Amino acid sequence: MSASPDHTSDRVDSSATTGAGLPAVLGAANRRTVLRRAAAAGLLATPAAGLLSACATSGGDDEGNTDQDTGTKSATNPLGVKEDAALEIIIFNGGYGEKYATDVHEKLYQTAFPKAQIKHQATQAVSTVLQPRFAGGDPPEFVNNSGEKFLDFGALVADGQMQDLTELWDAPSVDDPSKKVRDTLIPGVVEQGMFSTADGSRKPYVLYYVSTVYGIWYSGKLFKDNGWTAPTTWEQFTALCEKIKAKGITPFGYAGANAAYYQWNVILTQAAKVGGPDVLKNIDNLEADAWKAEPVIQAAKAWAEIGAKYGDKSFEGLKHTDVQLRQNQNKLAFYPSGDWLENEQKKDTPAGFEYQLMAVPSLTASDKLPAGAIRAAGGEGYFVSAKSKNPRGGMEYMRQMLSKAGARGFTETVGAATVVPAGSEGYQFPPGVASSQAALKAAGANVFNMMFDNWYKELDTEARTATNELMFGRASAEQWAERIQKRADAIKSDSSVAKFKR
Amino acid sequence: MRQGKYPFVIGFLALPVLLYSVFVIAPYAQAFQLAMTSWRGVGTPKWVGFDNFRRLFEDEAFWKAVQHHGILLLALPLITIAIALYFAFMLNVGGGSRGGERVGVRGSGFYRVVFFFPQVLAVAIIAVLFQMVYRPNESGLINGVLMKLGLDPVFFLIRPNLALWSIIGVLVWQAVGFYVVLFSAGMASIPTEIYEAAEMDGASRVVLFFRVTLPLLWDTLQVAWVYLGIAAFDCFAIVAVLSVDSGGPDGATTVLAVEIYRNAFVYSRYGYASAMGVALFFLTITFAALTLRVSKRESVEY
Repeated sequence: MSASPDHTSDRVDSSATTGAGLPAVLGAANRRTVLRRAAAAGLLATPAAGLLSACATSGGDDEGNTDQDTGTKSATNPLGVKEDAALEIIIFNGGYGEKYATDVHEKLYQTAFPKAQIKHQATQAVSTVLQPRFAGGDPPEFVNNSGEKFLDFGALVADGQMQDLTELWDAPSVDDPSKKVRDTLIPGVVEQGMFSTADGSRKPYVLYYVSTVYGIWYSGKLFKDNGWTAPTTWEQFTALCEKIKAKGITPFGYAGANAAYYQWNVILTQAAKVGGPDVLKNIDNLEADAWKAEPVIQAAKAWAEIGAKYGDKSFEGLKHTDVQLRQNQNKLAFYPSGDWLENEQKKDTPAGFEYQLMAVPSLTASDKLPAGAIRAAGGEGYFVSAKSKNPRGGMEYMRQMLSKAGARGFTETVGAATVVPAGSEGYQFPPGVASSQAALKAAGANVFNMMFDNWYKELDTEARTATNELMFGRASAEQWAERIQKRADAIKSDSSVAKFKR
Repeated sequence: MRQGKYPFVIGFLALPVLLYSVFVIAPYAQAFQLAMTSWRGVGTPKWVGFDNFRRLFEDEAFWKAVQHHGILLLALPLITIAIALYFAFMLNVGGGSRGGERVGVRGSGFYRVVFFFPQVLAVAIIAVLFQMVYRPNESGLINGVLMKLGLDPVFFLIRPNLALWSIIGVLVWQAVGFYVVLFSAGMASIPTEIYEAAEMDGASRVVLFFRVTLPLLWDTLQVAWVYLGIAAFDCFAIVAVLSVDSGGPDGATTVLAVEIYRNAFVYSRYGYASAMGVALFFLTITFAALTLRVSKRESVEY
């Protein structure tokens, strides 16, 4: 879950490389002309950065594979997979690595279909690898569409590239044939992967596999040592912030340089608690003035004050790892994030630090949702290519992932919970994830989510920028809402952007 | 010899021309084509004519980036060339004459090497280095010292009106070494008799510099200006790695390449990003043509 663009590009400016050796080598007379020509050549080379190459649009037949493999359906093969059909798996090699696929899920599939040949490929740049494949009409069956360079889901939907997963959700689950796959998951997961199609209907296309709980994190040890307890109301929260500040510790902070979305997430979570989850639904659906709704403004105001009183101005220039390190050094008390945090910080966390999650505290006594309400969702998206050779195999692979053994294997390999509760039952999570899982359980039905950042990346960017302006004192809550709303309206009226509703 | 001329020429040119067409011309042509579509990375591109360019005109981020290129175009060459000229002069001529030969200040051989160091580092490494230098808290190189002295830290990359200049500072730091070498080479080829004659007429170092060195170095300066201008149209790596929030705060340091990257790889607006690329292409071409024309001047023959 890194929050910044890929920073690997290090194009050295062409002037340096073209010119460096010349002056010494060449005589004075022709040096000038050579240099001038080299400069001209440099001119032609430089703008290439802006021009996107790749033969991505070179065509190929757009219909994809028309002769798709099907087999006979049976109790062990409810999706009718052709037993010896090959299956290609693309895994994003990011925070969760690729071992969970090669060691767990692919093995499960192989056991179920010994004659199938599985081709595994891991990549850190999904779109770079797959764009030509989709353009050429030869997409792989199963894609873990994640990471900084993932394929735009909206574009995939618009182009009919994703397999409708309805059949999978209605298929019997691996462990209990009397239970449909959809009934073995945390509520809301199927819903989260649904997208509206061009004809106006909504279909499930994406499996979000990893259970993610968002909240505010603190060190259990630091709090225990100081006799502090996690606040549930705003008064308790600000009072505790005072105490923390008096101790010389920064009470609250996030990384402005690349992780501002951790903070808009807090503000919007707060807004949902004040005004109910519909506040977020309106934002996701790009409703008019959704960002200017009273609960949103109220939440933004409250947090802007926290930023001004209990924040640290220098955090705007820090990256998420820097700020997280400060928390590990007990220089920062509260840090907003999702429950990947503990695993991400494993190397830097001192022994006994004990990550703990607290829900965003209630703002007013008349909040629509209780203090324990939290944002939780599935993370890490997977889809099956509709135009691949063996889409049924891809769906079956998902069914295996969602089996008890598949989910358990994932959890044991990467230390994160999946959206299959049966898979993490009895598993000894580290303290942070254990506390977030407990919070999820305690929240019961008061769990909500938001989707706009997944659907409209531009709105996410605008919200990040505006949130930095708000939290570091350059914009008021009204200005913050105004500018994000403006961008939301622009997206709404932009016909080139596929719209989604929930 | 004369008979086999054409096969000979064609034989030499065929391969480079082919490579150039495939790897340079073709992608260019494709970018122009993509700029006319609303392509989002998958599927068949949809033709939208000049829509993307119309959108460019209303795009605040685009104009902010263009404005920053304007500042960079003026500041980067001016500052870099001024500093590099001064150093080159001191290293080659500034030490007075010894045995009839112009020499630099003491230790100039050492300085020459040291000044070139930044040029050897990859741009991304420089950006990461300066993250440490500019870091806004006690662990930053500059602010650490300031805070030890009891002063307030300077928020180099955070203050909107300081951020771009902080980045220009890095660009200059990196570029100066190369131009010192370039100008040194130029100065080395200026005949010593001219200096001697000027000195005999009682010219001071300042007069020497402005009346002798500068005019005789004009061609090299012109090349340097074009190079630095091109560099000013790029700046991608430094801005992407060093700036807050990729071109922030609130777009205060953004440049076209960063906006292109963002539109293509974050927003999946490949068509629109290509349109920006086309705009950048024409900006660069215009700049180069202008510079070469404006700076055309009778060069002094010696």
